[in-house]
Formats: sequence, structure tokens, C-alpha cells
Amino acid sequence: MSAYRDEDPRLHGIKTKIRVVPHFPKSGIMFQDITTLLLDPKAFKDTIDLFVERYKGKNISVVAARGFIFGPPIALAIGAKFVPLRKPKKLPGKVISQEYILEYGRDCLEMHVGAVEAGERAIVVDDLIATGGTLCAAMDLLERVGAEVVECACVIELPELKGRERLNGKPLYVLVEYLEV
Amino acid sequence: MFSKHNAPKPQDPRLKAITEAIRVVPHFPKQGIMFQDITTLLLDHKVFKDTIDIFVDRYKDMGISIVAGVEARGFFFGPSIALAIGSKFVPLRKPRKLPGEVISEKYDLEYGSDCLEMHVGAVKHGDKAIVIDDLVATGGTLSAAITLLERGGAEVVECACIIGLSHFKD
Repeated sequence: MSAYRDEDPRLHGIKTKIRVVPHFPKSGIMFQDITTLLLDPKAFKDTIDLFVERYKGKNISVVAARGFIFGPPIALAIGAKFVPLRKPKKLPGKVISQEYILEYGRDCLEMHVGAVEAGERAIVVDDLIATGGTLCAAMDLLERVGAEVVECACVIELPELKGRERLNGKPLYVLVEYLEV
Repeated sequence: MFSKHNAPKPQDPRLKAITEAIRVVPHFPKQGIMFQDITTLLLDHKVFKDTIDIFVDRYKDMGISIVAGVEARGFFFGPSIALAIGSKFVPLRKPRKLPGEVISEKYDLEYGSDCLEMHVGAVKHGDKAIVIDDLVATGGTLSAAITLLERGGAEVVECACIIGLSHFKD
């Protein structure tokens, strides 16, 4: 089971700063826009602090992320390395790849060979968990090189898409949920 | 490491390790290009922190209200700088990534052109901004970034990059 901090007074401020943009990138999708959160220094800092408070002092040496806004500040604050996970052909040099299934079609995530060593304790950070496909691919990459994924951490969860269940029991920590009313 | 308009502080002892942490990958993404890979810098916590600290020390007392980061590698550094100096972070992105209303600015590539976008309303008149990217080569991307911010009413105080390729013209 995972936890989210619904008693923490900072969460309300964070949630109200996330802008929902209807029908982007296509009809029917209520897009969770975190750029408005980044325009509020206090709310942005609170977001980072909530993750840092959870992971500092837990011997996490790797923060891996496909979105690059939240991962690097968390890594810096907890003394971990930051490992970007990217779409194909963006990372130079030797990479390992993990394919994953989308609603229609497939996509692929890549990580540098040698970025992470066996035995390292890692968290995976993303802005949002929807179906969980990307997070699963990220965990697969880390586990293939022998790292231990301690937890996945996201700012936003779309619980109706049941991504949490797709994580095969791996803990998930989120700050806010978005439910279509 | 230097910013677009000013010379570096040559004696900062942190710069040597930062330079050494950057990996050069030959012939990526195509033949002839010596790619400056900063991901190896991100793997070294002390060096990554020193990089951010150098920028924070420079900008923290300049009344900067906006840190604009160029997608994607500007995002590795920009948000941490913004958090440390208490500024907003504004992502500048490739077309169709930002939802809602945007303004766009085209810029030239060696062959063809590309486009950078910024949210309408992210920036307002009177904002003082810096632009962050990992590397400056021809300056085309940074020029587009400056133009976007100025169109939004901001004053661009400086551009800041980890790496400057001295064989390109400004």
C-alpha cells in the first residue's frame, strides 16, 4: 500500500496550482498542467520538500525520471545522482531500452549503460501516473541493471486509470489525486 | 562554462571538476558532431550541486523573478536554480507540448528551422529573467528564447549555459 499525505496543509496549495486543460492533446483528455505550479515558488518548493522529507536519509542513491522538472531538485536535496530516462535516440552513447505498450501502439524508454550500478537503491519520479506503463518501463530498466526500486513518486495520480495496480506491488507515493467529477 | 554576455570567473576551483564531469561523445547525433554529454555531470552529486551553486551565487541578489529553461536539457538545471533564488520557473518547449494558449518563435537550424513556445501569461511586464540551457552553439535557440520572453514583456538580464562552444559565433 502507499500513502499520500492528505493531512499536510501544503497539499491544498499544491493542488490548486495545477491547471486542468480540457481536451489536450486530444478530445476527451483533461490534461494536468503543472507549469502553473512552477509559477508559484512557494508551492513548487512545497512539492519538492514533501518528496525530500520522505526520501532523505533513506540511503537512496538514484533518482530516475522521465520528466526533468521534479527529479533533479529532489536528487540534489537528498544527495542522490539524477538519471534521466528518455525517448529513443536522445541519449548519446550506450543505452539500454525498454519497450512498453500504450493505449494505441508502443513506446520505448532508454537509460544510459553504467548510470546505475547493481545494488543501488532508486526511486522513480514522474509528474503524473496514468496507466502506469511508463513507470513500469522505468522500473524494468533499473531492475535490469540490478538496482532496487524502493518506490515510485508522482505529483499527480489519475486513480481511475488504475496505474497503481499495474506496478506489481511496488509502492507508490503521490501528492494529489485527480478525479473526474 | 560561461554565460552568453560575460566572461567566466577563471579561478573558481569548482570549475575543473565540472569540466571533467562532462563526457564528449563523438559523432552524435550525426557524423562530425562532438556531443557534449552533461548527463555524466548529473551522476556526480557534488559536481551537480556545485554547478547549481555557481549559478545561484551569481543570480540570487539580482532581483530575478523568472528562470526560463529551454527544453529538455535546460530543465535539468533551471528548476533547481529557480527554487534556490525564489523565482518562477518557465519552461520553453518544442511545439505542441504546452497546453493552452502559447506564443511561438521560429529560429534557424543549420538545415531548416525549429520553433520554441512559451505560455501566454507566464511572464509579465516588469519581470526580470534569465535563460538556462545546457549548451550554447550558434545561439539560435537562445535568441528565440530571449525574443519570447521580451514579447511577454520581461527584461532578459542574462543567458546562462554550462558549456559554450567557442568555435561558433555569438
